[in-house]
Amino acid sequence: MKTPIYFDYSATTPVDPRVAKAVCDCLTMDGNFGNPASRSHEYGWNAEKAVDEARKNVAELVNADPKEIVWTSGATESDNLAIKGVAHFYHKQGKHIITSKTEHKAVLDTCRQLEREGYEVTYLDPEENGMIDLEKLKTAIRPDTILVSIMHVNNEIGVIQDIKAIGEVTREHKVLFHVDAAQSAGKVPIDLQDMKVDLMSFSAHKIYGPKGIGALYVRRKPRVRLEAQMHGGGHERGMRSGTLATHQIVGMGEAFRLAKEEMAADNERIRMLRDRLWNGIKDIEEIYINGDMEQRVPHNFNVSFNFVEGESLMMALKDLAVSSGSACTSSSLEPSYVLRAIGRNDELAHSSIRFSMGRFTTEEEIDYAIEQIHKNIDKLRELSPLWEMFKDGIDLNSIEWTAH
Amino acid sequence: MAYSDKVIDHYENPRNVGNMDKDDAHVGTGMVGAPACGDVMRLQIKVGDDGVIEDAKFKTYGCGSAIASSSLLTEWVKGKTLDEAQQIKNSEIAEELELPPVKVHCSVLAEDAIKAAIDDYKQKND
Repeated sequence: MKTPIYFDYSATTPVDPRVAKAVCDCLTMDGNFGNPASRSHEYGWNAEKAVDEARKNVAELVNADPKEIVWTSGATESDNLAIKGVAHFYHKQGKHIITSKTEHKAVLDTCRQLEREGYEVTYLDPEENGMIDLEKLKTAIRPDTILVSIMHVNNEIGVIQDIKAIGEVTREHKVLFHVDAAQSAGKVPIDLQDMKVDLMSFSAHKIYGPKGIGALYVRRKPRVRLEAQMHGGGHERGMRSGTLATHQIVGMGEAFRLAKEEMAADNERIRMLRDRLWNGIKDIEEIYINGDMEQRVPHNFNVSFNFVEGESLMMALKDLAVSSGSACTSSSLEPSYVLRAIGRNDELAHSSIRFSMGRFTTEEEIDYAIEQIHKNIDKLRELSPLWEMFKDGIDLNSIEWTAH
Repeated sequence: MAYSDKVIDHYENPRNVGNMDKDDAHVGTGMVGAPACGDVMRLQIKVGDDGVIEDAKFKTYGCGSAIASSSLLTEWVKGKTLDEAQQIKNSEIAEELELPPVKVHCSVLAEDAIKAAIDDYKQKND
């Protein structure tokens, strides 16, 4: 067993060896290295064929038309292109956008930028389980609302939003709907014939593809218009210029093809591993699951160990590569805004650990993690004055702390 | 966060973990920080009749450098007079542990903790 054990699949995944092989076949003189935009020779034609095949594979995972897939550098660029592209194109119809407080920074920061440009943004508060309340969304829609942007699966707490239901609301109100699906593609079934989503962002590296490549789904019927953010040779039907990175696109296509084939089996196995982990640690006192336990992808398991600070726990769990919502792990010294938004207090946000599992996680690794967690929680609680006070029956809220 | 070997040593083998009777007249207790901020330190000193710190104990909720700062401090204050202990500067702790700039506040907290413990002792024995 190799340590540290990788439990950070929500941050990124290793490239599947089958994907790596496909990528490597598009690099050297012997491989498919041509520019897909070269129309005058076989090198270009072969590259274009490979890109078309990849486009089809990405489209098939989400039941879309390949013509609706636009290649980008990743989900961050897709989010930027979708939100700014819609805002800039439709600004005459209105300048109001709705999103939620638990979105990825790629959406939140893009919205902040639009606010600086004179747009108005409503940030919905999710419920305590992380879900968006449809009634609150309906109330927030105004005559000048042009776009709603809600993520499918949250990166920190793994909660799955009801995209189909939200799409019904936005379509009824004639508002465009963008979904960041970076954390859901390949984990949750997506059917864009059935879901009334207008724009959807994808990333390759979250599902065993390479980094630096993503895609944006742009619906054709009814047609969605975008103002390009990257200008140049008019690639991708003018929506995103720049020479297509054949090797990365082929990698993403292969990753999405494998995801379609293996998603059901992967999910079942990972759910079993997640349950094994939870059953192994749930008898620890004062442990809280962050986010809804049912409406979540099995890959994500986010828990708070009360009275233990997250960064010191990560230090103790040095054989496990995990992440934390603790302020001490962020440069801003603020605890996770996602956990705060779902109503977790600062203490529990500081004490949170995210375990994310994937295709290559084994039972043996889970068992080792359980053992490490028990050992180190005991040790850190012995060190914690808060734990001692809790055990002595002292109400921590009754104490006047010296905030610093 | 890449920590120095000294932080890791104190974190993995913390010195003087525990508590003393806070009602004992010889014991001074300082508790600083707040759970919401992610660190709480409790430092206790036991002072002999000659004004020398005989023993020190701590418990800390916080990151690795907060734990290491308080652990180091308990080692440093033992055998010192109250006046000497009062002189310990956070910069000395930060330097000894080679704390990165973003973690300097942990050493500030440790300095606050020893000052609070000394104050508590002096108040009791006024």
